[in-house]
Amino acid sequence: MVGVANVSRIDQQSTLHGTEELVINMGPQHPSTHGVLRVILKLDGETVNDLDCDIGYLHRGTEKIGENINYTMFIPYTDRLDYIAAPSNNLAWVTAVEKFFDWEIPMRAQYIRSMVGELSRIASHLLWLATHALDIGAMTVFLWCFREREMVLDLFETAFGGRLTVNAFRLGGLHEDVPEKFLQLTQEFVDIFPSRVDDYETLLTNNRIWLQRTRDVGIISAEDAMDLGLTGPIIRGSGVKWDLRRAKPYAAYPYLDFVVPIGENGDIYDRYLVRIEELRQSTYIIQQCLEQLPGGPASCKTPRTIKPPEGEIYHSIENPKGEFGFYIVSDGTTTPYRVRIRPPSFINLGGLKKLCVGQLVADVVAIIGSIDIVLGECDR
Amino acid sequence: MDMALEVAVAAIKIFIVVNVVQLVVAYLIYVERKVIAHAQLRLGPMRVGWHGLLQPIADGLKLFLKEDIVPDKADRVVFVLAPVMVLVPALVVYAVLPFSATFYITQINIGLFFVLAISSLGVFGVVMAGWASNSKYSLLGALRSAAQMLSYEIFLGFSVIGPLMLAGSLNLQEIVHAQRDVWFVFYQPVAFIVFFVAALAETNRAPFDLPEAETELVAGFHTEYSGMKFAFFFLAEYASMMVISTIGIVLFFGGWEGPDFIPLPGFVWYVLKLSVFMFVFIWLRATLPRYRYDQLMRVGWKFMFPLVMLNIFLTGFLKYLFL
Repeated sequence: MVGVANVSRIDQQSTLHGTEELVINMGPQHPSTHGVLRVILKLDGETVNDLDCDIGYLHRGTEKIGENINYTMFIPYTDRLDYIAAPSNNLAWVTAVEKFFDWEIPMRAQYIRSMVGELSRIASHLLWLATHALDIGAMTVFLWCFREREMVLDLFETAFGGRLTVNAFRLGGLHEDVPEKFLQLTQEFVDIFPSRVDDYETLLTNNRIWLQRTRDVGIISAEDAMDLGLTGPIIRGSGVKWDLRRAKPYAAYPYLDFVVPIGENGDIYDRYLVRIEELRQSTYIIQQCLEQLPGGPASCKTPRTIKPPEGEIYHSIENPKGEFGFYIVSDGTTTPYRVRIRPPSFINLGGLKKLCVGQLVADVVAIIGSIDIVLGECDR
Repeated sequence: MDMALEVAVAAIKIFIVVNVVQLVVAYLIYVERKVIAHAQLRLGPMRVGWHGLLQPIADGLKLFLKEDIVPDKADRVVFVLAPVMVLVPALVVYAVLPFSATFYITQINIGLFFVLAISSLGVFGVVMAGWASNSKYSLLGALRSAAQMLSYEIFLGFSVIGPLMLAGSLNLQEIVHAQRDVWFVFYQPVAFIVFFVAALAETNRAPFDLPEAETELVAGFHTEYSGMKFAFFFLAEYASMMVISTIGIVLFFGGWEGPDFIPLPGFVWYVLKLSVFMFVFIWLRATLPRYRYDQLMRVGWKFMFPLVMLNIFLTGFLKYLFL
C-alpha cells in the first residue's frame, strides 16, 4: 500500500509542476563562442529547444567612422573587421572604391592582391580548423595549425610590415612593390604546405569520433541556406556552387585556375571538407600567381585627393568566411556620404538558430565553430 | 604485542603509500603536460627547475595559497565535503592493490570486489559537487558524469568477470599467480578492450572527458571550485587513473610478474607496466576528439554491453568444455 501511495504522489507532482526549460547563458565570456558572442540557450535536458543570439559586444561604429574620414584613411579600419583575414578586407574596400574610377590597375598589383588574398584565406581557415577541432576536443590539431598560420603571418610581415592588421593595399595598387624575399618565402611555404594539410587530415578526416561528431549534425539544405542569404563555405557545403571569385571575378582571378569545392549533405563534416579543399586550392592559386607574376609597376597613377563622382556602388568579394561587401554612397567629396558593410559573419550567424534547434548542447559548440564567425566584422 | 606491531607496520605502509601516491600523481600531471606538449610541438613546462621538474611543487604551492572561494549561493557543507568524497575513495582503494609480491598494505580475498565497490563511491562526490555549486554548468556536468560513471561502472564490472572466471578468485594476488604462464590478455582480448574503454570513461579521460568538456561546460562539475578543493578533484582523477591501470595490469598483464628470462624485481615490472598504461592514457588525450554525450551512451549500451556479455558466455562455455 505504501508503494502505491508513493507512486501516485510522484505522478501528481510531475503533472502539477511539469518540467521546466533550463535557460543557459553561453558567453560573452565562454571559451568556445569565439570572441564575444552571447547565446541564450533554452534546454530540455541537453536538447536545444530555442536559442537567441546577442551580439554587439564588439561594436565600434566602423561604418560611422567611415563617413568622417577619407577613402584612403579607411583602409586600416577594414583590417579590424575580419581581423583573421585582414588583407581580404582591404581588398574588398580598395576594389569597391576603385569601381568609382576607370583606373588601369597594373597586373602585377592584381596578382599580388590575389596571392595575398589567398594567403589570408589560408590563415583564416587554419585558425578556423584549429579552434573548431579544439571545440570538439582534438587539442593537437590546434597547435599544428598555428605552426603554419605563424608562417603566413611571417609572410605578411615580410611584405607589409604588419602581421595581423597589415594594411596591405592602397587605392590603385600597392603601397610599394613586395620585396623579392617575400616571393621566395611564399614559394617555400607553398612547397611545404600541402603535406601539412595531409597531416591535419590524418588526425581528423577518417577519425571515427570526428565523423560521429560532425556527420549529420547541423544540416542545412541548399534552399534554406539560400533563403537565409548564407555565403561562403556554408552554402558550398550545402552543394551550391557559389563563389564570387568565379561569379564576379576581381583582381587576378579571371586568369587563375581553381576548383570550387562543394559538399553534398550540408552538415558540419561537409563544411569541414570544403574548407580543407579550399586550403589546397588556395595553395594552388598562390603557386600559379608566383609562376605568372608579371613585372612592371605595382601601382597606377592616382590623384592626390580621391574624390569619387557622386553616386553609389556595391562591391563584394569572396572573403574566407563568405561574401564581404561594401556599399558606398559618394556625394562627390573626399569622404563617403555613407559606408555600409555586408559582413558574412553577421548574416551567417542568422542561420545559427535554424542549425541548432533540436540538436544537443555539445553540437551547438560544434555548429558555431563550423559557421566560422568573427565578431569583429559581425558587430562592426 | 604482535597486534600492535602489525598495526604499526600497516600504519607505516599506509603512510608510505599515500604520500608516494600523492607525489607520483603530482609528477604524473607533469609527465602529461610534457608528453602532450611534445605531441603538439611545444616544450611544456621549462622554467621551474631543470626542464620544469619542480613545476608540480610550484603548482601545489600555488593551489595551496590560493583564495578558497565558496560561492554565496552554494550549499556550504556539501560544497566543502564533495572534494573529500571524491579523493578519499580514490586513495582508500590503494589498500588492496598489490605493488609487488611482498609489498601491499593488505590482502583480502574479495580484493577486486572491494576495488569496484569503493571506487564507484567517487561518483557521489561528483554529483554532490555539481549540486552544491548551485550553478547550471556544474549541474549539467555532474549529471553527465553521474550517467557516464554509472553506466560504465557496469561494463567495467562485467569485463572483469572473464579473467575472474579463469583465475577462479577475487583475491588480486591469486589472480596474478594464475597468470604465471600466460597473461590473461591473450585469453581475454575482448574483455581487455572493453575494460580499457570503460576505464577511460570511468576516469573521465579523453575521448570520454565529457563531464569536464571545457568547450561546452567550462569545467563541468568543478567549475566553481578553486584552490585546494580544486586540487583534490585533480588528485583524485589521476589517483583513480593509476588505480584503474593497476587493476588492468593485475587482471590482464600478470601484475608484478615479468618474463623469467629478464630478471627484474617485481616492483620494477609493475612500474614499467604502469608507465605504459599511463602513456597510452596521455597519448589518447593528445590525439582524439571528444565523444558526444548520447554517442557515449550508445557506444556503451549498444556495442560494449552485448560484447562483454557474449564474452562471459563464451568464456564459460569454453571453460566448461576444456578445463
